This record gives sequence, structure tokens and C-alpha cells, in this order.
Amino acid sequence: MKAKLLDEYNIVVVGVGGQGLLTLAGAIARAALEHGYEVRAAELHGLSQRFGSIETSLRFGKNIYSPIVRQASADLVIALEPAEAIKACYYASQKTAFLLDTKPIVPNIMYQEGIEYPSIDEIKARINIFSKKIITVNASEDTKALTGSTIQANIYLLGRAASESLIPLKKEWLIKGIEEVVPPATVEANKKVFEAGWRSKFNF
Amino acid sequence: MHRVLEASGKKVILLGNEAVVRGALEAGVGFATTYPGTPASEIGDTFSEIAKEAGIYFEYSVNEKVATEAAAGAAWCGVRSLVSFKHFGLNVAADSVYPIAFHGVKAGMVIVVADDPGCWSSGQSEQDSRWYARLMHIPMLEPSNPEECKSFTKLAFELSERFGIPVFIRLTTRVSHASAGVRLGKIVKGMTKGRFVKGDEKWHNMPPRILTRHNEINKKLAEIREWAKEKGLNQIYYKGSEKQFGIIANGAAFNYVMESLKLFGLKIPVLKLNMTWPFPEKTISRFIKGLKSVLIVEELEPIIEKEVEGIAKSVNPKLKIHGKDILPEFCELRQETVDNALARLTGARQKIKDLEISGKNLSKIEFPKRTPTLCPGCPHRATFWEVKAATTSDTVFGGDIGCYILGIHKPIEMQDFIISMGAVQGLSHGISKVSDKQQVVAFIGDSTFFHAGIPGLINIAYNSSSPLVVVLDNFATAMTGHQPHPGTGETGMGEQVEKIKIEDIATACGIKEIAVIDIWDVKGSIAKIREMLQKPGPKLVIARGECRLQFMRRARRAGTKIPTAEIDPKKCSRCSVCVYKFGCPAIHRDRKKDLYYIDPDMCWGCGVCISVCPFSAISFKKEEGDESKTT
Repeated sequence: MKAKLLDEYNIVVVGVGGQGLLTLAGAIARAALEHGYEVRAAELHGLSQRFGSIETSLRFGKNIYSPIVRQASADLVIALEPAEAIKACYYASQKTAFLLDTKPIVPNIMYQEGIEYPSIDEIKARINIFSKKIITVNASEDTKALTGSTIQANIYLLGRAASESLIPLKKEWLIKGIEEVVPPATVEANKKVFEAGWRSKFNF
Repeated sequence: MHRVLEASGKKVILLGNEAVVRGALEAGVGFATTYPGTPASEIGDTFSEIAKEAGIYFEYSVNEKVATEAAAGAAWCGVRSLVSFKHFGLNVAADSVYPIAFHGVKAGMVIVVADDPGCWSSGQSEQDSRWYARLMHIPMLEPSNPEECKSFTKLAFELSERFGIPVFIRLTTRVSHASAGVRLGKIVKGMTKGRFVKGDEKWHNMPPRILTRHNEINKKLAEIREWAKEKGLNQIYYKGSEKQFGIIANGAAFNYVMESLKLFGLKIPVLKLNMTWPFPEKTISRFIKGLKSVLIVEELEPIIEKEVEGIAKSVNPKLKIHGKDILPEFCELRQETVDNALARLTGARQKIKDLEISGKNLSKIEFPKRTPTLCPGCPHRATFWEVKAATTSDTVFGGDIGCYILGIHKPIEMQDFIISMGAVQGLSHGISKVSDKQQVVAFIGDSTFFHAGIPGLINIAYNSSSPLVVVLDNFATAMTGHQPHPGTGETGMGEQVEKIKIEDIATACGIKEIAVIDIWDVKGSIAKIREMLQKPGPKLVIARGECRLQFMRRARRAGTKIPTAEIDPKKCSRCSVCVYKFGCPAIHRDRKKDLYYIDPDMCWGCGVCISVCPFSAISFKKEEGDESKTT
């Protein structure tokens, strides 16, 4: 069966160095390739990893040249850290869906410069100027309750994005993508976290 | 199995850097070297992961110059070799790369240099390494995406071997760190052993023979230019679609051009330059003949643009050449910048309606600030704290290249100057010589010390000045991904070997006063640094403490639970030292509740804050793992 192809789909993943953005984007990229898409992703490594802001841009479609999402062209923003979602507004328009983890990582520079970290409501209010499609998830919190650590919150968010139909790729391909990108010893744990993220949509 | 070793015919997602490795394997590489540096690091790291399985040799050399020499040595013995580094690495290697081009190679030798337009991971300057190709008479190929990273690397070996000349592959961050599906070809098992044939005059070129070589290399480049033309290496997209206007682009810039044309629904001929040296003059001549105007889209310096200007003088003197008149000459290009330039020249209407709204909305919102910072539990933060406690405010703190560059930020602010790998000791020596009342502390990382720190240290000892050199020994080349170095006892092949001790090197360099501190012992370290500062003349402290990120990864893999610290609100005087002076990212202040607290998800249990707190309010948590209590 030949899957139907979209012209292009643009995803921006933002967060803080060390949160596993590349793993998340890598799993989606593999699922998109499986679907028959051309895939391009842009990653940043190096200095930006040390708890700085990072963004990963992922595009798939029929005829893709650049790995970088254009201004106001994202279909989906996944923010592994809530305040970082504000920075992703550069890529947002009214069609953009935002999926945010609610757990803040307050940078020390905010204390040094006397800046108050914005509340989740303030963050939503700023994003609202661009798009009304905002979903907040306690991904880190739930993942910690499940695994004892927040490390796999990235995969939890992927599960949630999938169950919200925010990623136009088959669930089993996303799971296969996870299998390919996470360390072999953690595959089963990650798959459980993915399922928990998937189910979180229905837990209200 | 690593994905770069997957079977021929498969399509797998590869990073540009990984695709370079696959291309080399398909070309029969037998010997690979590197010194890590972003954005090139994953080339070496991938080689390190697969070398044993692929049956080839790989090493993390002590620096880029040595890495280049080793690769040339292998190529002289008939083994195909590849050396990779970031753009600054080419500066270090330059003294050897230049003559290797003149002397030539026997087996293919590929030099991969990754530039970083936009300086995502490069603090010392913004560099366009394309100049080096011209300077050194070395052909240069420039891929735009991972597929081309693979095929161009393969082609570079063919070119190198055919003409007996090393070949540059030039990458940029957006090519090195782009990933895409890459169709794999057949891996060729290359030779890993060869033999140096004595008596060939080629390998030593005392004058006047070197002049003959210069003449020969110029001829060689002319032949390579013809070869590239016959191969159709530089391609035209949308050929013949438009007669008046054309575009010339290379590398990542090409991608943006194609996206812009797609956006506007335009078909304009685009000449994609895949080999930018030797410059394809005839191809350019043919392309610009008859055009009214041309747009050159290239990142950083106007190198293609100047060449085209020169060619146009004889071929098409009326040609209007656009490039740096409407595009920036610094930083990387953005998609929107290229969109705007094309819209301006073609009159195409911006098709994204939301773009205008986006611009207006962006000006309305405030962006939260975040700077990269030393990790929780970082040994450098402890060392900075200890050195600060032992020195006066007039002390000059010299910095170097590594994670400790982040000591630039508040609240540490102990990197008064930083220029290039290993430079801190030379600079500190000069400053100490002329400003003899000022204490200078020179911070240098362990890997950086081995890389380029040793001559500077000998100079301090021999020409006698009195900075305190502090070697930050965290058992890894941490910033670029924890690659091993001679002090770690591990090689690029994953073998355990004898460590080379920094204290032994310092002794051999002529430093008489050497101390080793355990940076986790805060009080003991401060006392020792104070004592060392009292000593006249050259002195060196080795500040030893493992990179906490590396430590945590090992602990996680082993399933070891690391205790976390907590602040007792009853003992806490709200003095704010932990947040405002020490600045560990795991420690926070809740202004509303008037509380200082440690985020257990971020604490990596180093315990340094326990010594830092003046009121003994911080201690390790007694019980671990009671999840119900966390909110």
C-alpha cells in the first residue's frame, strides 16, 4: 500500500540542552522515512548543549531541500521546556499547534538579572498571540512518577503528540523510530513511556 | 550494528558527518584521524565507534596538525586516509597541510574541514575556510546535504588518488548537522597496511626543486578543472527556464535558494557549484553569457562573487552581479534572507501571508533569557569557586577553549580573555612579564593542555614568568562529547593504554612548583591554591575532578543512585550565596515563598554547595526514592 504524501510538514522541537531533543526528532525522522517521505532535520550540537536554549528543526514532504523551518511555517512546535516555547513563536502562525511540557528549568541568569520566570499562564498568553492551539502536558512529572526520572519526558511528549494526531505518521512507525534511536537497554522503558504519553490524552 | 555500516541498497537516516564516514568506507578508507571540534566531531566519533568492526584504524590525535601528518604518512604508504576537524583545526594544521599539497600523496587523502557560519559553537572568530583551498592549491568539494556528503567524500578519494593531491571536503554546521535519508552503496574493504618506498625524491623538496613542484601543482589544478567539467560536477537546475536572470549558489546556500524558488513558484536557472576550487571558469562563462543579471548566494565572504566579477569582465561586461549588495557578509544565511533577496530581484510576491503578522507579533512579545551554563555538579564551577576564594579582585583570569569558557557568565566571571586553543599560557606569560604587580591565573583544560599547551608552559618556565597555571583535569574532552585524550588512558580504537600524566609533563617542562588538588575538597583546595600563589616564579596546579556529565552517564548505566542535596529552610539564612554567587543551575529561589531550594531532578550530587553554604544549611538527603513526597 502506498501511503498518501503531504507536500510538507514542519516540526520545531525546542528545549534546553540535555533534554533529548535530538532523540525525539530522530525518532520522528525515521518514521517519516518509513512513510516514504524525503526527510531533512537540522540539529545543533556543541556549546549549545550545556543547558542553553536549543532548537531542532525537522521537515518531511515530497521535495525538501533545506532542513530548516521557515519563519511562520511550523505545523507543530514541541517544547520540552515551557518558556522555550516562546522562542519558537518565530516559527509560528495561527495554524501552528504547540505541545508544551509544564516543568520549568529556571536558568540562573534570570536570578542574576532579576528577571521573573514567566508562569505557565503568562507563557500561554504570549503564545496565544500567534496560535490558539496550545496543549500543556505534565510530561516530566508523569514520566518521573512512572520511571523515577524525568529523562524520558521527550518520549512521553512524542506519545502525546501522536495521540493528538499532531504527527501525520503511523504510531507503529514512531515506535520503530524510538527503537532505532534510544540505547538498546532502554527500548522497553521508552516504549512504556511512549504509551503513557499516548494515553495521557484520555486521562482527564 | 551502527547505522553507517548498514547493508548496501538500504536508505537510512544519517547526519551529514556520518554520511562522510560512510562515503569514506565506500571508497576504501583504511586510516582516519581527528581532533574533535564542533561541528566536525561526529565524523571522528563515528569512526571511533565503527573502526574495529569495519577493520580500519582510527585515532584521536593530540591535535589537528598531528592528525594531518599521521593521515599523510598513511597515504604516503599507500593507505587511503581521512582527517577531519573544525575550521580552527585547519588553522592549527595549516603549517603541514600546505606542504603536503606541494609534496602530494600516493593513496587518496581527504581533509574534511567543517566551518561554523553563525558561530553556533565557535567563539574565537568567524571563518571562511574556502580561502585555504586557494592559498594551499588544494581542490575543494562542497556538499549541500547528507547524500552529497557521502557521494562527494567518495569522489574526493577518487580525485585525490588520480591526481596525487589531498582534497578538501568543506562542510558547514547546517550540512554537518543536517540529517536525511541516505541510500547506501557498497563498502570497499580498504588497505590498512602499506609500505614507505624509500628513494622517492617527491617527499623532500629542498629548493630549488620546490619551485618545480609549485609549477606542477598549478598545472595539476588546471587538469582537475577539466576533469570536473568532463564529470559534469557543477550542475545547473532549471536549465534554460529563463534567459535573463540566473543564480549561482554553493553548500547550504543552495538549499535556501531552491526552497525560495519553490515558495514563489519560480523557475530560474541555478548553477550549483559543487567544486569551488579550482574555480570552474568555463562553466561560469557559459552560464553567465547572455544573462542580464545574476545573483550569487554564498555564506560568509564574497569569494564566488569576486571570481564571477573577474570572469564577467571578458565574457559579459554589462552583467549586473548581485550578491553581497543584498545579502549579509557575516553570519549564516537564513531562509527568510534568501526569500527576501529573491523577492526583491524578481518582483515575486511574498506568498506567506502569515509572515507579516508574524513580524508584528514577534515585536510584541518578550523572550525569556537563557545562556548555556556549566552543568550541575560541574568540577569547573568548584574550581572557579576555590580559585576566586584564594585570589584578590585584581587577579587576571586567563581562559582557553573548552566548557570552562562558560565561566565568562555571571556569577563566575573568571574568563577575562580567551582566544584560541592553548593560547592562555603565552598570553599570561606576556601579561605577567609587563604587569608584574598583577597576579595572573591561566585556566587550561586537560585536552587543550595536550593539544597546544605544552610549548606555552615550557616558555613560562624557561623565560621565567609567574602566572599560576591551573589545568582543569576532568578526564575527557568534555565540550565536544567526551572524547578520550592522552591523559585518559583510552584510544580512539577503544583500547586501554598507559595514561600520560600532566604532572610528569609539567615537571619535564621545567615547572618546579606543581600541586594536584581534589576539587571536590573545597576547603583543602582553597588552602592549597593560596599556598601555591605565595610561591615565586612559574607554578602549576592540576585541578582534578571528573566531568559530572560523564560521571552521571556512567552511574545511570550502572543503575547507581546518586544522592541529591537539599536545603534545610530552618537553617537557611536567605543569604543567597548559593544562587547568586555560586550559581549552580539546580539551586533555585522562590521569591514568593521566600525559599531557597534544590531541584532534585537537576541535582547531580557533587556536594560542593554543602561546603559553599556559610550557614551549613545544605546536606545530602537522608532518604532517596520516596516519590510520593515530590510535588
